[in-house]
Amino acid sequence: MALRNGNLKFQGYRRENGRVGIRNHVIILPLDDLSNAAAEAVANNIKGTLALPHAYGRLQFGEDLELHFRTLIGTGSSPNVAACVVIGIEPGWTGRVVDGIKKTGKPVAGFAIEGNGDLMTIAHASRQAKEFLHWASEKQRETCGIAELFVSTKCGESDTTSGLASCPTVGNLIDKLDPLGVTTCFGETSEITGAEKVCASRAASKEVAEKFMKTFMAYQEMIERHKTSDLSESQPTKGNIAGGLTTIEEKAFGNLQKIGKKTKFIDVLKPAEAPAKGPGLYFMDTSSAAAECVTLQAAAGFVVHLFPTGQGNVIGNPIEPVIKLTANPKTAREMSEHIDLDVSGILKREMTLDEAGDRLIDIMLRTCNGRLTAAEALGHREFVMTKLYPSA
Amino acid sequence: MTTHFIVHDKKDTVGVVVVEDVKPGMELTGWIMETDETIKLEAKDAVPLGHKVALKDIAAGDTLIKYGDDIGKAVAAIGKGRHAHVHNVKTKRW
Repeated sequence: MALRNGNLKFQGYRRENGRVGIRNHVIILPLDDLSNAAAEAVANNIKGTLALPHAYGRLQFGEDLELHFRTLIGTGSSPNVAACVVIGIEPGWTGRVVDGIKKTGKPVAGFAIEGNGDLMTIAHASRQAKEFLHWASEKQRETCGIAELFVSTKCGESDTTSGLASCPTVGNLIDKLDPLGVTTCFGETSEITGAEKVCASRAASKEVAEKFMKTFMAYQEMIERHKTSDLSESQPTKGNIAGGLTTIEEKAFGNLQKIGKKTKFIDVLKPAEAPAKGPGLYFMDTSSAAAECVTLQAAAGFVVHLFPTGQGNVIGNPIEPVIKLTANPKTAREMSEHIDLDVSGILKREMTLDEAGDRLIDIMLRTCNGRLTAAEALGHREFVMTKLYPSA
Repeated sequence: MTTHFIVHDKKDTVGVVVVEDVKPGMELTGWIMETDETIKLEAKDAVPLGHKVALKDIAAGDTLIKYGDDIGKAVAAIGKGRHAHVHNVKTKRW
């Protein structure tokens, strides 16, 4: 195992701003829903590029618009992205995204559809994308230290085996990697309901604990405002209930196992906000819906994701590889093509948590070195923007 | 020896079944992770993998304890060895 050998290095792509990625994507990023068709056409023309279609970007305003820009700029800025083509309906907001990504120093170019039409835009953008692809394809991996890694986590379709073993496996990894200077992130604001006081006690300072509780209460108020029931079948989901989870409180205590037994979180991030306080564990204010949460964490610059599942959530992300682990022996057997690491041995007392944590570090480093995850092999590229309220 | 159910914390009033074939009348072996103790319990219901079994008699209105903490309340009596889930347990939140 990598940890035992003390070989905690990986082969990554060093970007212009010094950050390290583990993938080398050239992405075609639509500013808005209207530009999806052109972005997908470019990705179809230029093999090896990746379009990231999504549903939003028109008539948004206020904090919701800021989040839209933060998510798009953050996605383009990810160290897993070598270069980026942005396509928007008009040049103004397209340029804003291009300028934001340009701050990383990576190659980025924007194209606007109005006045050109889809076909001309696709032609120009395809030529640019081809140049970027040639350039990116000559990038070489280099040896990087573990402290250069940004790791996010979120669990999905959890069941009681998640709280017993797969989430604690992630927690074991975080407790081992935190002292080594790795930057890590957990989120899922609504899914801490019932365990919020325990979570607040894991903040590194009183100020961080207060910031967490304020963020938590704001999400609770939103739920109270819109709810029509006790949310059973939504949170916990029908899948959670089928897996034996009964209440949100029970789910929350299982969820929180992902941050280990001793690591403290050093700051609370807004959705898609990049960490700015140096290495350590961060809490991010996110939805608990898998694709929304991972999209926000990827946009904040996290490059590899650890995803414990109980009943078998199949999520992936286009730019941040999602490593799946399960402790549910039935899921490991029936959905094996989705599972990167089976830790069901913990429940049979054939594997210790410490061994499971080492195995997770091992598969994570192999993924960083280039091993494709199950979700990548199966083409899961769920890119889902978080929207805070209706558009104007 | 097969471990049929696992308990997080010594204080917990429910355990999690971790095998696929628990039937009423079965003598179950449980493992308390916190203290590394082994306990025995007779199943009174068929409890699916991942679902909870009551470790003691729980009255309607009682708080269920798992992870050593409050995970909701019983809305019907749950006898020792019986299946505890959405039919007899509800959240205290939302």
